[in-house]
Amino acid sequence: MMHDLPHHPHPDPPPPAGEGRGGGVSGGACPLLAAHGLSLRYGAVPALDDVSLSIWPGEVVAIVGESGSGKTTLLRVLSGLLRPEAGEVLYRDPEGAAHSIHGMGEAALRRLHRSDWGFVHQNPRDGLRLGVSAGGNIGERLMATGARHYGCIRAAASDWLRRVEIDPARLDHLPRTFSGGMQQRLQIARTLVTHPRLVFMDEPTGGLDVSVQARLLDLIRGLVAELGLSVLLVTHDIAAARLLAHRMLVMRRGRVVESGLTDRVLDDPQHEYTQLLVASVLAA
Amino acid sequence: MSATQTRSAEGAAAAGGEHRSRGPAGPDAGYNFGYLDENTKRMIRRALLKAVAIPGHQVPFGSREMPLPYGWGTGGIQVTAAVIGPDDTLKVIDQGADDTTNAVSIRRFFARVTGVETTERTAEATIIQTRHRIPETPLHEGQVLVYQVPMPEPLFRLEPSVTETRRMHALADYSLMHVKLYEDIVRHGHIATSYNYPVMVNGRYLMSPSPIPAFDNPKMHRMPALQLFGAGREKRIYAVPPWTEVRSLDFEDHPFEPVRADAACALCGSRESYLDEVVTDDRGGRMFVCSDTDYCHTRQARREAAE
Repeated sequence: MMHDLPHHPHPDPPPPAGEGRGGGVSGGACPLLAAHGLSLRYGAVPALDDVSLSIWPGEVVAIVGESGSGKTTLLRVLSGLLRPEAGEVLYRDPEGAAHSIHGMGEAALRRLHRSDWGFVHQNPRDGLRLGVSAGGNIGERLMATGARHYGCIRAAASDWLRRVEIDPARLDHLPRTFSGGMQQRLQIARTLVTHPRLVFMDEPTGGLDVSVQARLLDLIRGLVAELGLSVLLVTHDIAAARLLAHRMLVMRRGRVVESGLTDRVLDDPQHEYTQLLVASVLAA
Repeated sequence: MSATQTRSAEGAAAAGGEHRSRGPAGPDAGYNFGYLDENTKRMIRRALLKAVAIPGHQVPFGSREMPLPYGWGTGGIQVTAAVIGPDDTLKVIDQGADDTTNAVSIRRFFARVTGVETTERTAEATIIQTRHRIPETPLHEGQVLVYQVPMPEPLFRLEPSVTETRRMHALADYSLMHVKLYEDIVRHGHIATSYNYPVMVNGRYLMSPSPIPAFDNPKMHRMPALQLFGAGREKRIYAVPPWTEVRSLDFEDHPFEPVRADAACALCGSRESYLDEVVTDDRGGRMFVCSDTDYCHTRQARREAAE
């Protein structure tokens, strides 16, 4: 058993391959999301091989690894979009009750996705409605959770545009008239407007140029700190992980080969694959 | 074909076919009562029962080829054929009018294949098949209103996948429809949907009211008559039982408002009924008349009698 405090999680003990058990969910500081022994194969290819992880409230956890290492599959399994062949994902709701993500049924899962959770896609076109104005995009989650006052929805949308550094005068413009970076920021506004507790981000900076990436990372870091979000961040960009994440997991061929505090993993990589990853990226 | 027909107990009007000579000509002996065969009628009645049990829910059914093209009321005709009995009195309206091609041909069709009495009076009819209107005269208990529906899915312009729309219905996930209304207000300053205005039935299912004007939506709310909807091409049946809550979607600060042309009927002077705008010449001349011909004729007759 390891880590306890949300904001400054203690370093893991030098981790064996395959990260800590997320199973013991009881007591005061409980993980928000705990996965245990997840396995999934695509034919003969193991996409996930006995993966366990936990994320505590207010914590940002990065999952890094090369393409095909199972990062996105893990994210999809954790968020309930894919069903694992073995293992369990437990989510602790605000009242403290634990729910099995894959046992709760589609209606409850969708409710969770539109209230407590958020999902930021790599391609903003997957997360936005391009034929609907920016305000409508932001307002959709509000309306899904029962907001029925046009003026209030609009005020919230306008406020969120400002918070993600988009000119509120563009409230009624269609997202397709926005630049790639603006679309990504709009997607983040749309996701965060209902104040989710846990946000899944799948390569949020992918496909953006370097200066836009830097601004976006800065923005995400600010919002995460301000709202006290828990974030599960999938990325192949180790610099992004270092900037945002408290802890990180390194995946390779469906296994978690190393995990721990971000700085510890990046400055003192133990596993040979992590060493290779860190060397090849930071050397550039 | 007909001797062993069983009477079904599915509602007062659903008494199955019996070849009794009624009306001026009597039914055409070459057809089963109500044109459809008994098994088909039974299949449609089963779908109707399910639809009534789950107000607003779209029930698939095996829509048959009818002797008129899709879009002319094949769904409505099949529903009417399944519920009509020899003692019924049928009224057929098209955009409120009893005397347009669609209304006349469907009325004649049923007069021929069932021999039932037909009427143009709303109050006298037991079954009213309608295209795109609800009669102005309030309906009463025991009447059945059959709608011809071109597109039963209220979300179809918003969500292209039918699988996904079904999932949205199953999970009561209707935020997309509100996004559409929100966009209406953004673009036009008000909810600009003037017909086919989406409604929530019994607080659960989002339903397309078939393209009736939004003006008619309030009439669906707690209507004493049974409302049945048939979509022939899309092969769906849905229903609103009597006295069911039907609410038009809206926002708290942009409440639903039925739209009506700001004029009086040029023939009967009504300021309450839904009006059609009729172009009378090529110099900009136009007049407004009631879309419901029966309502208009009744008012005109009453006025003449009073003079």
